[in-house]
Amino acid sequence: MLIFQHSRPGRRARAQAPKEKAGLDAIPEQFLRRSRPRLPEVSELQAVRHYTRLSQKNFSIDTQFYPLGSCTMKYNPRGANRLAMLPGFLARHPLAPESHSQGFLSAMHELQEILAKVTGMAAVSLAPMAGAQGEFAGVAMIRAYHQARGDGGRTEILVPDAAHGTNPASAVMCGYRVREIPTLAEGDVDLEALRRALGPQTAGIMLTNPSTLGVFERHIATIAEMVHEAGGLLYYDGANLNAILGRVRPGDMGFDVIHVNLHKTFSTPHGGGGPGAGPVGVGERLAPYLPVPLVDFDGHDYRLLTEKERPESIGRLSAFAGNAGVLLRAYVYAKMLGAEGMRRVADYSTLNANYLMKRLRAAGFTPAYPSRRATHEFIITLKQEAKELGVNAMDFAKRLLDLGMHAPTTYFPLLVPECFLIEPTETEAKETLDAFVEAMVRIREEAREAPEKVKGAPWTLPVRRLDDVRAAREPDLKWEPPA
Amino acid sequence: MSEIPDDLRYTATHEWARDEGDGIAAVGITDHAQELLGDLVFVELPEPGTDVAAGGECGVVESVKAASDVYSPLDGEVVEVNEALADSPEGINEAPYENWIFKVKMADPAQLEALLDAAAYAEAVEAEEH
Repeated sequence: MLIFQHSRPGRRARAQAPKEKAGLDAIPEQFLRRSRPRLPEVSELQAVRHYTRLSQKNFSIDTQFYPLGSCTMKYNPRGANRLAMLPGFLARHPLAPESHSQGFLSAMHELQEILAKVTGMAAVSLAPMAGAQGEFAGVAMIRAYHQARGDGGRTEILVPDAAHGTNPASAVMCGYRVREIPTLAEGDVDLEALRRALGPQTAGIMLTNPSTLGVFERHIATIAEMVHEAGGLLYYDGANLNAILGRVRPGDMGFDVIHVNLHKTFSTPHGGGGPGAGPVGVGERLAPYLPVPLVDFDGHDYRLLTEKERPESIGRLSAFAGNAGVLLRAYVYAKMLGAEGMRRVADYSTLNANYLMKRLRAAGFTPAYPSRRATHEFIITLKQEAKELGVNAMDFAKRLLDLGMHAPTTYFPLLVPECFLIEPTETEAKETLDAFVEAMVRIREEAREAPEKVKGAPWTLPVRRLDDVRAAREPDLKWEPPA
Repeated sequence: MSEIPDDLRYTATHEWARDEGDGIAAVGITDHAQELLGDLVFVELPEPGTDVAAGGECGVVESVKAASDVYSPLDGEVVEVNEALADSPEGINEAPYENWIFKVKMADPAQLEALLDAAAYAEAVEAEEH
């Protein structure tokens, strides 16, 4: 049921409170709207019940194991939440003068420094409000750099075929043509194909390392040398930073620009579309082009640098200074972990993934890259199960929901048929990982003995199998009141 | 095993091409390709009049699982596109060899003969399975 369907004309939150005269006298007549907006009119109790019920139908990291590959669905510490909700932060208006925002600005300044240090970059801007916006900012800076040097013939961005779909999209948004680079059978970038693709038209390459295939790119130093040799720059997609946090720095691998998904690696809440934060970091060469505002410290006061102080900046990405609440949570998380804790994130996220991969393999499931060690995530292919038992990856995924676990990422990356991309994160206990293996084994047994149980799943959730084909072909996104 | 008609030519990227006479070839995606993609929900057609190169992107097919570029098997000019697919992409799932996506006026009709024949394509599909 939609909140609109609870609506009755004139119903208000405080039904029993005395009527107040609407305080609209100060608004000039010509600005008042003539018709009422079609907003739901419900009591406070109805609104509370409606949203509480919806939340109870939700699958979430607070209630279930959520091994959604490449999304880093780790626990969001309550401590980070509590401190970010301090009234001084929460009630601060984004237009409050800098003199009244020194605490907030000092936290943001330190976050810039922490992120620069842990990624090996010279400077960081916190402005991007999502990973994809960080990508856009990063590619825009690559463009600004080439243009400032009068190097206008660089029209192509290289993207490996294993990349997130956002990479080619970001490059196209910045006016580049995309050239796809194939991946070899063991998951590394095809260096010969890369060599053929590089040239005076190359603006840069966008790489995720470890890649979305759940393996480390073994020839990153060679790739960096080849791309730089051709006059291009290297963009690091921070999607999988969790695997190397505090252990290896993208700057040391030769990357010129990166974005970090704070909502993944720095454990701020995400799902349902956000809000996220995708700060960008750059080496010295790209520093002048960082998006504004940046937080500066002169030894005494913190202040925001804008286009005035940063004339070569690619500009603003939003009206204010980024997603303040998300940035604060990431800041507290970073401070709680410290350098030692960040290394443990990398250690335990990769340990958990490798443990889970080994156990699934021992249970008879097929890793997509059996010769490779897992990063913080790995892929299994259910091609064999689909062929022999007639149940595909989607059936397994839906049945997992019945068994109280969120499904891993399915059918991504596109290179691997019938695949699960599984990312347990460092915050899960061994017992949870074991339970996942048991669930997978149980589903395979069910597929042998009573396949309709798997093909018809989910059975126990608020909704049954959704018709995603019809939803995509005939999207119904707008509520209309009954005639 | 998916259907691979003998009278068509194929690419390793799962397009088929059919000689329509007058130097024109119709292009679509194979039965194997539509099986892998699953139910199609969207087909992005190329613009008629576009010059295409063999191996160049020429349209997109999108299913609930994945979006995939369609590559032109041949050099030439796109002369016609199958508008009906815009409203009913499922046509490709139902009859992949009847529902061509675009027609190309070939720059070099000899290219058509140089594409994979049914046996060679069947082999390519088989190799991909392993």
